[in-house]
Amino acid sequence: MDRMSIAYQIVVCGSIVPDPLQTLEPIAGPAGPALKNELMLPAVLDPWASHALYEAAQLARSAAGSKVWLVSLGPKAKLQQVMMTVAQKVPFELIALDGPAGGFTDATETAAALADAIQAIPGLDHARLLVFGGWESASRGAGATMQMVGERLGIVDQFQGVDELKLAADGSLEILERIEGGKHQASRCASPPALLGWATGNLPEPKNNPQVGMVNMRGVMPALQRAKAVKLPSEGLSFEAVALPKQLRQTRIVKDQSADEIAREIVAWIKAS
Amino acid sequence: METVLFLAHTEVDGSLGKPALEALSSVRALASALGGARFVVGLAGAEVQPASNLLAGCGAAEFFGVAGPEFGPSRYATDAAAAEALCKAAQATIIIIPATARWNRVIAGVAQRLGGRVDTHVTGVSAAGTVISVSRWYYRQRMEATLRRAQRPWLILVEPGSQAPWQGQPGVATVREVPVALTEASMRTIVLGVRQPLGDAQTIRPEADLLFVAGAGWTKKQADGQPHVKEAEKLILDCLKLARASLGSSKSLVDLGGEGQAILSFLTHLNQIGQTGATPRHPKGLATCCHGEEPHAVGWRFVNERRAINLDPNCGWARGKADVLYVADAFAVMSKVNQLLAQGTA
Repeated sequence: MDRMSIAYQIVVCGSIVPDPLQTLEPIAGPAGPALKNELMLPAVLDPWASHALYEAAQLARSAAGSKVWLVSLGPKAKLQQVMMTVAQKVPFELIALDGPAGGFTDATETAAALADAIQAIPGLDHARLLVFGGWESASRGAGATMQMVGERLGIVDQFQGVDELKLAADGSLEILERIEGGKHQASRCASPPALLGWATGNLPEPKNNPQVGMVNMRGVMPALQRAKAVKLPSEGLSFEAVALPKQLRQTRIVKDQSADEIAREIVAWIKAS
Repeated sequence: METVLFLAHTEVDGSLGKPALEALSSVRALASALGGARFVVGLAGAEVQPASNLLAGCGAAEFFGVAGPEFGPSRYATDAAAAEALCKAAQATIIIIPATARWNRVIAGVAQRLGGRVDTHVTGVSAAGTVISVSRWYYRQRMEATLRRAQRPWLILVEPGSQAPWQGQPGVATVREVPVALTEASMRTIVLGVRQPLGDAQTIRPEADLLFVAGAGWTKKQADGQPHVKEAEKLILDCLKLARASLGSSKSLVDLGGEGQAILSFLTHLNQIGQTGATPRHPKGLATCCHGEEPHAVGWRFVNERRAINLDPNCGWARGKADVLYVADAFAVMSKVNQLLAQGTA
């Protein structure tokens, strides 16, 4: 099968996280740790999952007949709020799951819910399936969920920290994954199915497109209405403590010194062992 | 009674990396805290005998190995198969693993296969009696949690740089070979190799003592009303070269490229520090032309000594995030810093 004949089914897993500019404070909730005023905090689509979505849309544009699904697990009201913005960016069909999206939930249970939702997509074809997501979330930050989703779907060609995906003429996928020391590992995967946990990629955030938004919103509201309720009890997981770091430095502010004086001080500091 | 498995992969040269030796320290400390729990070693790689010999004196009760050319490269399907087989052969209940890029992309999938649980980016493992706890950070290093799990096996990825590496005498270890039956499906991915910037273009140096962070201010208009991007590039690259520093960046500076604005040519998203970037570990960090806002500063969690140069005395660094804030023009200061560093190395 060559590249031109593949109409990909691209499923992006992406949840919501508090806006990075918000101050976060942990509290003890009835079911374990939570964030203070969690439901009141402005939310955004997880940053790395956003990159995955933009890459998926770009890929779908380049391969005729391809389609993008966004599978998102979060409190329904918060999902609705975030989708108002996300839906303006790129075309997708939303599959919403109504459940907790906080960082203290367990990756195993989250992965089970996401995999079940993906398997329920009508006409899912593994020979055309690419599962995308962020390589980590900005909440739990474990980098575990996507691997488990892949395992549950039987996908053993998995890639994490992906910055680039190129489609070769023979239908194979060439992928760059981040490794230590600012380097990438290059791999070639014969064909779908494959799972890619995206790092930053190379695409800028798309500008809002009202036409895309209009089309997306026709599907977003019904998807939210039929969102399946998901419970994540975090079985067997117990938190002894969750705390903010107490380290607040006594900053010495140096004003009115010449560049020479400052430079001498900095060099002495750099050289001190 | 727990059985603790130290699970590591060999490096290209057959040795073990520093993160592996650090994780081994955690294993030994945990086994001791559990009252002398049995601990074993499992290694995967093209060949494992040399690495096993390096660990011969570590006190492990047994050595298991998955070896063969198929297990040399870092590939999900073969790495997961090797790790799964080693965990099963060792009948381990607690599995401690160095959080290398290679294992980070595989171990959660292995936990799924084993019906266990996984915790990643763990910075501490401890035991009180028979109760094991781990510490890790949530919300991109904004809060630290200590947690326990009832399920076994429990796979724990220990963050590099968080433990002292184990040191001991090599010897000769007897390795029990663990067979792994690979299928054609395991080899659908071919590893082509490593891509890295050439020579001085490599600006990320994890082992550097100093992290030098460039913020968006370097590309803004200066006092004369003009941006001086080329001059900024030279000052930064000279500093990196003279101080043998690693380069980080704020998100805003990296993002400017996507918005079509002038940027520093050597910067990529790999340099990005913070909420959507890296959280490197360096003894010292110097931030320049960067405001030190929270989404960026969370990436400095594991940088011990922090100094900043910024024209704004009320920037984020001044609010308890840096030890010293120099309110000054970074162009002028870094020019002098480079002169002094050059004199020192001449």
